[in-house]
Amino acid sequence: MSLATLTAPLVLAADPLLDGAIGPGIVGIVLIKVVLAFTLLLVSVMLMVWFERKLVADMHNRIGPAEAGPFGILQTLADGIKLFFKEDLIPDRADRVVFKLAPYLSLVPAFLVFSIVPIGGDFSGDGTVTWFGETTYLQVADPPVGVLFFLALSSVAVYGVMLAGWSSGSKYPLLGSVRASAQMISYEAALGLAIATVFLTSGSLSMHEIVARQVSGSWNVLATGVVPFLVFLLAGTAELNRPPFDLVEAEQELVGGFHTEYSSLRFSLFFLAEFMNVITMSAIAVTLFLGGPAGPILTDTLGWVWPVFWFSLKVFVFLFCFVWLRATLPRLRYDQLMDLGWKVLIPVALGWFLLIATMNVAEDLGWPLVPVILAGVAVLLGGASLLTGAIQKARGDALAELADEEVEG
Amino acid sequence: MGYFQGFAVTFRKLFEKRVTTSYPREKRAKPDRLHGRHVLNRYEDGMEKCIGCELCAGVCPANCIYVRGADNPDDAPVSPGERYGFVYEINYLRCIHCDLCVEACPTEAITETKLFEFSFTNRSDAIYTKAELLVDDETGRPRQLPWEDWREGEDEMTSAWMRATSPSGDVTYSGRVAWSGELGYGIRAPEVGQAGDGDEAEGGSA
Repeated sequence: MSLATLTAPLVLAADPLLDGAIGPGIVGIVLIKVVLAFTLLLVSVMLMVWFERKLVADMHNRIGPAEAGPFGILQTLADGIKLFFKEDLIPDRADRVVFKLAPYLSLVPAFLVFSIVPIGGDFSGDGTVTWFGETTYLQVADPPVGVLFFLALSSVAVYGVMLAGWSSGSKYPLLGSVRASAQMISYEAALGLAIATVFLTSGSLSMHEIVARQVSGSWNVLATGVVPFLVFLLAGTAELNRPPFDLVEAEQELVGGFHTEYSSLRFSLFFLAEFMNVITMSAIAVTLFLGGPAGPILTDTLGWVWPVFWFSLKVFVFLFCFVWLRATLPRLRYDQLMDLGWKVLIPVALGWFLLIATMNVAEDLGWPLVPVILAGVAVLLGGASLLTGAIQKARGDALAELADEEVEG
Repeated sequence: MGYFQGFAVTFRKLFEKRVTTSYPREKRAKPDRLHGRHVLNRYEDGMEKCIGCELCAGVCPANCIYVRGADNPDDAPVSPGERYGFVYEINYLRCIHCDLCVEACPTEAITETKLFEFSFTNRSDAIYTKAELLVDDETGRPRQLPWEDWREGEDEMTSAWMRATSPSGDVTYSGRVAWSGELGYGIRAPEVGQAGDGDEAEGGSA
């Protein structure tokens, strides 16, 4: 009896590579994939930092980094080396253990999320590539609970930010981390609800399956009716603490936010995690909504290059948009941020989720689709008007109370 | 679409021309009348213009000029007059480049050049002595010190302000030569266009 059949009912990462006997060759391939993903992510973070600075500079009519290497492309490397040699400070009032732990709590989830993203593979077939005579997926692991894994890790990343601020023993980091936990937790709800509609249309949590379904049908961005995609983008931007939702490290108010007290290598770990998260969030968005590596295979020779190319292209569009947002929009006020999260994104995501669920049920039970949709939309509009009414009533009451207090005082 | 206009603006900027110059690799041309470091001028025959009257030191608001006058030796006079400046020092850690010394000077001995990019590394280098300030006795050009960054043509127009604002800056005197010649240049031509005749910068204000 082989190892694979023993573990079959408990399989945590489905991959044709792991069917059958596991020899040293297969372990080697797995190791190669891990190292490849690791270096790919690190190099792309390096390029992303450079790209962001260069693009923002272009949008501001500046030049940006231009001294280190051609077009300043080695600027990130230079900065990294500089940070490495800086003094590593720990404040007197810091909680030393947690202070040292926090950067890794930020960094490790950022790395791990990327391991479930399929970055290539011919999805017009079964989405595999063949290396050294072995058939495998172009992703480090494909757990059947892939998307839950992503949600879990992005929650763990909140701990990194929160503990960093708390353990610094200083007021600005504390304020930054309080903001961070409130923001990331409330936007995670909207993020999860937006992703839940993807489960409904794809019928699977595995990233590989989700991509495969999109190739046979239409991309999830259309299959789920665009709205969850937009909610995902907004909530994702907030989850990343990117502008215009970067209240966590609002320089003008909180110095550096949660990482004010960090310096040297520990600071660079936060910085690395932040940019890595931008890339992985883009990769997740591409996988969930835009068909991942799916795209036409244009040549027979080197056919495996094309899916990787389409994937990179799609991710690049997202990265461009993130930088574009940063160059254009001013930061939200804190109450605006909370309003957007709780009063707009979560209700919209929840309503849309219910609508899609109703349609799925109607399809299963053979109900006529048009009346069901009409009824669903009517119910949602009713709910929306009730919610708006409640919000306006609450606001009116609060204003009246305020006016009374002013009269008395 | 008001919300999205901002995105169009930032996107358009991507393709606009940059105005940044990569200083110090490239420099933009300096205005003719820029107030940089001083020079002590000579007459066309090589005589020094400075007569050691100390008016510049008296008028200096930053107290950065130190002058001592002395009688010209009979056998080898330094300046055409009775006396000459035998010590002349300017401390560039104090100088504010206000040009009052240039206005005060009765003989146009001291003028300001366009040079201002120096990086001396100790305080004694910051004090320019007479030998450093005085123009070269062959060409009449300023002397370059090791810590000064010069580019082609920046050592010209060393008395532009003088010729631009002839007595009290009165435009009716524009174009009238009221200054003496300089070594290497002779009597310099007046700056054109101050009365508004074809000069864009003045815009016909006369």
